[in-house]
Amino acid sequence: MIDGFIALYIFMLAAFTGYEIIGRVPVILHTPLMSGSNFVHGIVLVGAMVVLGGADTTLEKTIGFVGVFLAAGNAVGGYVVTERMLEMFRSDKDAKKESGE
Amino acid sequence: MNGFDPQFLVKGAYFAAALLFIVGLKRMSSPKSARGGIVWAGLGMLVATLATFATPQMDNFILMLAAMALATVLAWWSGKRVAMTDMPQMVALYNGMGGGAAAAIGAVELLRGGEHDLAFTILAVAGSIIGAISFSGSLIAFAKLQGWMRKPVRFKGQQIVNLLFFLATLAQGGLLASGYADGQGSILAFFVLALAFGVLMTLPIGGADMPVVISLYNALTGLAVAFEGFVLNNAAMIIAGTVVGAAGTMLTQLMARAMNRPISNVLFSGFGETGEAGGAIEGTMKPIDAADAAVMMAYGEKVIVVPGYGLAVAQAQHKLWEFCRKLIERGVKVKFAIHPVAGRMPGHMNVLLAEAGVPYDLIFDFEEINNEFPTADVALVIGANDVVNPMARTNPESPIYGMPILDADKAKNTIVIKRGQGTGFSGIENALFYEDNTRMLYGDAQDVAGKLLQALKTF
Repeated sequence: MIDGFIALYIFMLAAFTGYEIIGRVPVILHTPLMSGSNFVHGIVLVGAMVVLGGADTTLEKTIGFVGVFLAAGNAVGGYVVTERMLEMFRSDKDAKKESGE
Repeated sequence: MNGFDPQFLVKGAYFAAALLFIVGLKRMSSPKSARGGIVWAGLGMLVATLATFATPQMDNFILMLAAMALATVLAWWSGKRVAMTDMPQMVALYNGMGGGAAAAIGAVELLRGGEHDLAFTILAVAGSIIGAISFSGSLIAFAKLQGWMRKPVRFKGQQIVNLLFFLATLAQGGLLASGYADGQGSILAFFVLALAFGVLMTLPIGGADMPVVISLYNALTGLAVAFEGFVLNNAAMIIAGTVVGAAGTMLTQLMARAMNRPISNVLFSGFGETGEAGGAIEGTMKPIDAADAAVMMAYGEKVIVVPGYGLAVAQAQHKLWEFCRKLIERGVKVKFAIHPVAGRMPGHMNVLLAEAGVPYDLIFDFEEINNEFPTADVALVIGANDVVNPMARTNPESPIYGMPILDADKAKNTIVIKRGQGTGFSGIENALFYEDNTRMLYGDAQDVAGKLLQALKTF
């Protein structure tokens, strides 16, 4: 395990980073950003993979399988819906540029 | 050189992923760069996932790939298919899956037992509790928003029952963490309790408060992922989970503040049970027809549109934008004023308008536009109700007293498009409808927007 205090430092700095990112967000991006942060915690997938990769008994394998399934759903679904939402954020100029082509 | 250490590759990839996530989220926080932000974060996920296959001593690759393929197909299909109005519940669903995955990791770690220090087991247990609550709670939130569960479920003594379940979950978790209880039976009981608590906690919460709840569960899942990251000694999970936990907490607070509903109120009390609807209002509602309304706006200088969820339900945003474009062509200044909780989540209305093609430079936040209403010739309220109710300013008896509202009543004229004379989502009377300069335009938002457009074409 990572040394206890180093873990605490990481935790603290990451928490501040999270606050900072959201603090300055215009309301119009709250929903996409919530969806985007929902995608980011899909990183739980790598943990689920490691757990399933090290599973021995049938029970462990079953739970690991469910874990990987759920985590991959989180990551993929989160990506797809966030991308779809953000796809629609274009200014007047962008829209003109795209329709002009 | 004695060969390449795969651990180095994995750790390097996790570092890159953490960096990409933070850059991606940062980019997502500005409309200009938002579209690229998700691609950065997605790249981080891809790098981390691929590198994980190189982790030493892994097995069960077939199972792993099968689970991933199955989930990818289902999530991809559902995510592409879902309508923009239904986005909030999809976010809830995917979020719940993440929480469930964190709980699954905790479950396996607890099952394995072995020699660990107390900090390890406490984190594994805490991550499991939070993940399990987020999982079952999010599923209930999904079911509610999807319309599968229409009414909040409330019964006498509910809060005491919930509290008992919560304490029981904590107690069982404490026993597991301290080693006084172990074995599959105890672990199973622990998870059943945590899952049941997630369900019970979400059942009494009404649909209007769901956005706050989903945001809260999003933050909780992040935290659960971070805790299980400590357990697995996985820096990518720790950093990404913590960032999301903090960002989600902040977002939840912003939402709760925008609705003037402290988080404790959302979680522990039912809406609409407090007092009457703030008393009856003197006066009458004065109707107007579409042609007159269209003339009023066409000859005005400035129109501020206040869209609400009713607009989205009626799928009227495209017609509305077509109408507004015609107004703009005639030289009318058109702006859209978005209340933070318009739609089902903060920013949801922006997404819906963006979908209809409204450029984001015409869309204004609450603070940006609220003092412009007195300069507007017409405020067009379409499908919104509580967010323009002046009683929130004037009547301390009203359940929504104190909620920041858009001052549509201060415009020279106000036109309210509304399906009928009844009260809205929250069942609260709206004083705006009875104002002298307010005209009611009855009908389905989509029909009315069509009629307005038609009327504009005839002169």
